[in-house]
Amino acid sequence: MNFSWAAAPHIKPRDSVSKIMLKVLVALLPSVLLLAWFFGGGVYINILLATSTALIAEAMVLKLRGRAVLKCLKDLSALVTAVLIAMAIPTVAPWWVVVLGTFFAIVIVKQLYGGLGSNLFNPAMAGYAFLLISFPQEMTAWAMPGSLNAWPFSDIVGLIFSAPLPDAITIDGITMATPLDAVKTQVAMNQHAGVTVLPLGIETLFAQGWGWLSLSYFVGGLWLVQQGIIAWQIPLGILSALALIAAGFYFYDAQTYTSPLFHLLAGATMVGAFFIATDPVTAATAPKGRFVFGFMIGVLTYLIRVWGGYPDAMAFAVLLMNIAVPVIDYYTQPRVFGTRR
Amino acid sequence: MFKRWNLKGGLDLEGHKDLSRQYSIINAAIPDQLIYPLVDRSGNAMTVLVKTGDRVLKGQVIAGSKGVQGTLLHAASSGLVKENEWRMIAHPSGLKSWCLIIATDGLDEPGPVYEPVDYTQLSAADICEKVHQAGIVGLGGASFPTAVKITPNNVRAVDTLIINGAECEPYITCDDRLMQQYPSEILLGIQVLLRALAIESCVIGIEEDMPEAIEAIQQAIECSGFKQIQVKVVPAVYPVGGERQLIYLLTGRETPSQGLPVDVGVVCQNVGTVMAVYQAIVKGQVLIERVVTVTGLGIKKPQNRWVRIGTPIKDLVSQCGGYNGPIERLIMGGLMMGFSLPDDGVGITKATNCILVATSKEVTKSSEAEIQPCIRCGECASACPVNLLPQQIYWHSQGGAHQKCQSFGLFDCIECGCCDVVCPSHIPLVQYFRASKSKLFLKRREDEAATLAKQRFENRDTRKVQEKVEREQRIRLKKLALVKLQKGRPSAPAKMQDKS
Repeated sequence: MNFSWAAAPHIKPRDSVSKIMLKVLVALLPSVLLLAWFFGGGVYINILLATSTALIAEAMVLKLRGRAVLKCLKDLSALVTAVLIAMAIPTVAPWWVVVLGTFFAIVIVKQLYGGLGSNLFNPAMAGYAFLLISFPQEMTAWAMPGSLNAWPFSDIVGLIFSAPLPDAITIDGITMATPLDAVKTQVAMNQHAGVTVLPLGIETLFAQGWGWLSLSYFVGGLWLVQQGIIAWQIPLGILSALALIAAGFYFYDAQTYTSPLFHLLAGATMVGAFFIATDPVTAATAPKGRFVFGFMIGVLTYLIRVWGGYPDAMAFAVLLMNIAVPVIDYYTQPRVFGTRR
Repeated sequence: MFKRWNLKGGLDLEGHKDLSRQYSIINAAIPDQLIYPLVDRSGNAMTVLVKTGDRVLKGQVIAGSKGVQGTLLHAASSGLVKENEWRMIAHPSGLKSWCLIIATDGLDEPGPVYEPVDYTQLSAADICEKVHQAGIVGLGGASFPTAVKITPNNVRAVDTLIINGAECEPYITCDDRLMQQYPSEILLGIQVLLRALAIESCVIGIEEDMPEAIEAIQQAIECSGFKQIQVKVVPAVYPVGGERQLIYLLTGRETPSQGLPVDVGVVCQNVGTVMAVYQAIVKGQVLIERVVTVTGLGIKKPQNRWVRIGTPIKDLVSQCGGYNGPIERLIMGGLMMGFSLPDDGVGITKATNCILVATSKEVTKSSEAEIQPCIRCGECASACPVNLLPQQIYWHSQGGAHQKCQSFGLFDCIECGCCDVVCPSHIPLVQYFRASKSKLFLKRREDEAATLAKQRFENRDTRKVQEKVEREQRIRLKKLALVKLQKGRPSAPAKMQDKS
């Protein structure tokens, strides 16, 4: 009798890439709902636009590269990138912003570098940074929390697809600065105008929805850690670095610097720590290296937030640390069993 | 008594041991043919010591390999030596080799009988010699000659003998059954080894999910009074039965990366090997049979049997009720480290602890395997018992940077397969690592050959130069001598002219 040949081990594998990606999407679900609650149903349209752009763009490039299109799309990694971009873009941004950003992320950042597993930079964050630098106005116009709740969905669709605004409403009338924008302005005023404005507190964060959103990312992220999907060292590194530095400056001068808790709950800290920096392809890979990688992202985030030109910095910090990954990987190899301590 | 698993990594695997563990070991029948590959573990050819047409007796030496790691092979039953055949052997890559074939006559007539001896009267050297004569090699799978492992000048400062009873591979129960059924024989085997090594202390490591074996060995220790033999229970985590892993767990000593257990004062032997030592020294029997687990959902009656070395797998299978439905894969060894055999005409070797007849319920069909790119998730690194970063080694092996693989610890990989099992991209990592290892071996060999050739060339060059110098020297001396001669006899040319 003859039998099939295969190399050891013969046991069936336990997990798959698509299962991992699916779990990430599930973990994002509560945050999607909260985004819609606070900033309007535009997030659904963004997600729809982003996912369809991602799938079409990825399919096209895969076809050009002569790869198995369906097999690659099935891994769901393009969907995760798309959803993360869609969630990072203001819910009232025009449709072409999200389409352009997703296209850039999938085609330029991911596929041109060789597709899943070969890209140097986090596609979602590179796409986001590209948009922020190119279209700062559209990218910073976040809806006033709750202001769109009374709007019919068709008007929100109209807003995104650039229909003329209803009478007596201007885009400035329905958007406002995010808490981190406000902090930036406040710091600038303290420094240059000599006016003393007290930094924002946690209450503002929760009143404007950002605090709740951060908590939902935190909970979703903890679930991913518990499921063994993401490496806990990265969020721990980011959050501890940010909290430590923020605490130092806060206790040094509470009049100028916001509290560590504010930094943890404002802006993209939580989504960055649990969903962005944890992208294994572009993060450091050894346990120790992952902590270093996370910690440095935390440090850079604080530096750019407080002294840099942008109110938030997660995207830039992640991209900068992506560059450093090969070096971190080289210097953080664990000690192999039986080699010298 | 219980020691926590404090190695990094490893996997909690489903055991599937209940298929075969509850049945007593029975004797397998004498097959019509016995097949012996004529290569040893290092791939060296074995010298055949009998001729075609010879009648051989049970226990007679029929072949042997030379060198420090040489071993002997004995006929497992009486019969006629047939023409050597070129056929597939039990090897991971489905290699073919010349095989010695014996057509058995069913008489099972014993050859030279060794008198049982009192081992307490034997010297260490005597024991080693007898172990060598009995053809004993490590029965755990590596087939390293046991005599070499216990020869006094090879063992330097050994203080502990470790007996590997941690059968961590799923499905396999042959060591479990041996310990349950032959505890006092195993203890005597240990006594023999302790005597050869001239040490006192011995630890038997047994997995926690083998309570009957633990009980049996402990009882035997109580009864025999060999109190210096200790039983330690280890957790049922794969690969706790890896030699280095077990040594670390039982003694806290890390066998150095490029070294041997001897370097940390340990000699490690498998339970089956100890049984073979007992049979050789106390009973005077050479190694012609071993316990083999025949198991898997693809076999009608899973069980353990005493099988003669050389028995074709198909004979063994039919004795165990035959195949049960469609078979996906025939595996020699375990689910994790065993190799698949395309053909069941292959003979059982000294290293065969298990024949796993697997259905598609138990193993992945090759056609189902869908490999995706590595996403560097690091699951492989968390599962690695030697603390490697398999994702990095894989990355460099993909780029052909095998040297780089080495700096990431490629040669510390024990090929246990844990990384493969947890990889979400279903990458056959171990296969890549094996390929990289052999490429490096090949390169080393080529480098050595190149160095040798260069050396030869340079030697030849120097020799040529030397010869030239010597020749010139000779010519110069000759000329000088000639000139002297001419000066001494100035009239000579004139005389010659006269003659003409």
